[in-house]
Amino acid sequence: MSAQGATPELLGRLAVSPSRRRRDRIARGTILGATILALIPLVLIVYYLLKKGLGSWSSDFFTTDPTGNTFFKTSTIGGIKSAILGTIEIVALASAIAIPLGIAVAVWLVEYGRDGRFAQLVRFFVDVLTGVPSIVFGLFIYIVLVVGTGSSYAGYKGSIALALLMLPVVIRSAEVILLLVPAGLRESALALGSPRWRVIARIVLPTALPGMVTGVLLAVARAAGETAPLLFTAGSTHVTSSNLGSFMNSLPVQIYNDVNSPTESVVNRAWGAALTLVALILLLNLLARLISRRSRLA
Amino acid sequence: MTPTGPTEQVSNLDPDTPPDTGRETASEAARPIVSPERREERAGPVTHAGLSVKLEGLKAFYGKAEQVKGIDLEFKANEVTAIIGPSGCGKSTMVRCINRMHEEIPGARAEGRVMLDKIDVYDPSIDVVAVRRAIGMVFQKPNPFPTMSIFDNVAAGLRLTARRGDLREKVERALRGAGLWEEVADRLSEPGAGLSGGQQQRLCIARSLAVEPEVILMDEPCSALDPIATLRIEELIDELKARVTIVIVTHNMQQAARVADRTAFMLDGKLIEVGPTPTIFTTPSDPRTEEYVTGKFG
Amino acid sequence: MEAASVPGGGRALLARSPLARLPDRALRYGLTVLAALILALIVYFFVRLFDEARPAFSQAGVFGFAFSNNWNPSAGHFGALPLVVGTLITSALALIIGVPVAVAAAIYTTELAPRRLRTPLTVLVELLAAVPSVVYGLWGIFFLAPKLRGAEQWVADRLSFVPFIGGGIVTIPNCFVAGLVLAIMILPIVSAISREVMATVPSDHKEAALGLGATRWEMIRIAVLPYCRSGIVGGAMLGLGRAIGETIAVTILVGDTQQMVSHLFGQSNSLAAAIANEFGEATGTHRSALFAAGLVLFVLTLLVNSLARLFVVRAGRATSPPRAEDHTSKGAGMLMAADTAAGA
Repeated sequence: MSAQGATPELLGRLAVSPSRRRRDRIARGTILGATILALIPLVLIVYYLLKKGLGSWSSDFFTTDPTGNTFFKTSTIGGIKSAILGTIEIVALASAIAIPLGIAVAVWLVEYGRDGRFAQLVRFFVDVLTGVPSIVFGLFIYIVLVVGTGSSYAGYKGSIALALLMLPVVIRSAEVILLLVPAGLRESALALGSPRWRVIARIVLPTALPGMVTGVLLAVARAAGETAPLLFTAGSTHVTSSNLGSFMNSLPVQIYNDVNSPTESVVNRAWGAALTLVALILLLNLLARLISRRSRLA
Repeated sequence: MTPTGPTEQVSNLDPDTPPDTGRETASEAARPIVSPERREERAGPVTHAGLSVKLEGLKAFYGKAEQVKGIDLEFKANEVTAIIGPSGCGKSTMVRCINRMHEEIPGARAEGRVMLDKIDVYDPSIDVVAVRRAIGMVFQKPNPFPTMSIFDNVAAGLRLTARRGDLREKVERALRGAGLWEEVADRLSEPGAGLSGGQQQRLCIARSLAVEPEVILMDEPCSALDPIATLRIEELIDELKARVTIVIVTHNMQQAARVADRTAFMLDGKLIEVGPTPTIFTTPSDPRTEEYVTGKFG
Repeated sequence: MEAASVPGGGRALLARSPLARLPDRALRYGLTVLAALILALIVYFFVRLFDEARPAFSQAGVFGFAFSNNWNPSAGHFGALPLVVGTLITSALALIIGVPVAVAAAIYTTELAPRRLRTPLTVLVELLAAVPSVVYGLWGIFFLAPKLRGAEQWVADRLSFVPFIGGGIVTIPNCFVAGLVLAIMILPIVSAISREVMATVPSDHKEAALGLGATRWEMIRIAVLPYCRSGIVGGAMLGLGRAIGETIAVTILVGDTQQMVSHLFGQSNSLAAAIANEFGEATGTHRSALFAAGLVLFVLTLLVNSLARLFVVRAGRATSPPRAEDHTSKGAGMLMAADTAAGA
């Protein structure tokens, strides 16, 4: 230690009390510990999903419908084909409804409504809609489209419920991205004499596209995982159907129904279905992330 | 407490010695003169003195890029030394190496020795946290803690070591030392961010003073302030040097001429010349120094 | 845009034919109508819900519905207090367990972790949001609950003198496990917002603290956390809102009892769970009671979320220059980060 001739007072001043050092170390250790704690559930979930789910995966699993025989161990229980197809169909229709509508409203909010009274009202209600618990969407559609029309559950009714759920997410994420498009870009195009609709179509939307695609994919991923809105709208069934006008199965509902079963093989099927669903969602998330990297905004 | 530390010709230790007026004939700007009685009444009795700082072969790197290229420089105790030079010459970087703030930047490191009195602050056995207590820093932009009151701001450093002893007394002493006491004595519980720019900077000086450092580093402390506030701080620097060694980085040569006992000129990461301020400004030895101080570049 | 008559083609230069202006008009008009329609739809949504819930409210009044402790649909009693209490307890548990962990993870990611770990850590914590609610339920009931049973019983026995926590038998769907899983579910949202806010702390303040000779933790304590207070509170409240509205995982994990939850490790119920469990076979007043439960649930989440938004947008505003677009988009950006982290 290069301190020959240094006064003891100075050396004393250049020391940090051990209790302070200890407190620092303990605080940092606790924070690190808590962070690890936050990561543990993910590891456990992935591990367990893989462990119990992979075992159920087989070609039969994906190509046969659930048979609805859940109580007798000797009979086959089938796979999850109708659930997968049902999810794809229902979510596709929901997206086809929510995405154009949502983006249109977002475009209106950013380009025309801006900070006006009406726009603030719209924003407020959209915000309110984000807080609605997912099951309430299902209740609404049930009342309006099932009881109201006297008809039964149908795939498209589930789609509408999901679309309602997706709408605020699409609107808000599209709005954020559109706001990130620099005002200067719009202004220079307008200054060149281009009409507004062209500026939007040719300049604003293309710039915002990757960001919006990201937001949209995330909304789709979320919708794919929702159970509650489908319980009383699309109902559930076992057969694969491409008729969105009748009962339709879906992955989340299938899992939900299987969870309560006393039969072990059914529960295993639930794990397999869960793994499938999570894989689907992760794929969408990955896609969203990859696309957002290509975004020139934020 | 009798001053410890090296016993070089530190003529300004004794508060009864009037400030050296010989410099005024050499510099263009008038130097504010504070009478010793006034100084004592504002700053309170000197309880300890500053120490010298000696840089030996100091180099500073940002990753692979060498910004400070081997500097040997001594800052004498209880003197004000100004560092001048064109922007980008490495003066801020060098000064930030003295209190080891440079290494907080990811990828940045320093080599060489920085001797505070007889101790190398880069010695591995010395805690960097303690170094910063002995060597304080005032930044370019006043940065009082926004969520704290004036009192809490000044006390912030004191509370870290929780030394027994009256906080109020120490806070008052620090505020007096920074020439801010009269202005804020009746509103100590108001937020620190509510003061004017010059007051905020004096608050930051008080905050540094409160922990009774041996050295205070100032990185262009007046560049964000108006001329009147600047002048007040320059007066303050003159008073403070009785208690601490001051190193001030400045791009304003008139300021260096007004406040500094010695001036060092840096160019491109190297020390070109150092000497008593009047000499540097009137009869520099190096032609590059002359070009800079006469405004040919920079 | 008519020009004064100018020799030559002056007028043609400056005027656009009405036909050329049509697309602009059409777009503007069309989009405005669309926005109005969506607004109308949303309003209709609430009106209809309220309509359906009215019979239940008229039976005992709104407060009677929400605050009487007698949920017995088969006997025609619809006092929803057990549901409300159950919802609140599991949500409170989620906050108590989840928020400190989430904030700690955010602190670690922004202040303490080595640079190259920052993105992976962020991604990992937010991956939790990609897991759908039903999978949380599945995992909770088949993996977590059995694994914790032994420990829970030990705690219940050791602390049998403590009311509510101790002295009961641990059941497999139970209130505590539901709260724990909810805590895991809100981790991403609270952590995302906390992280966003912490990243905006100006380095000025951090340097000031370090310059005074503060240790790393002390610097976080005096320069980072106080600055982020309102943002973190906002994030926690958004997490609370999420926990209150969560349906499926809670339904699976909390059991299906009509009694008020009696001990921490016993069965409970919640507003959302009751709807999910009972709606299929409910008729008449029962059904409208469930609608009423949905409405109560919705009002609760509305209150919490609105309050939360105030905090978060305020935190965004405090760090942005005072230009309208800037802080709206910054606060909105934070909220969007929260939404993406909210997942299902």
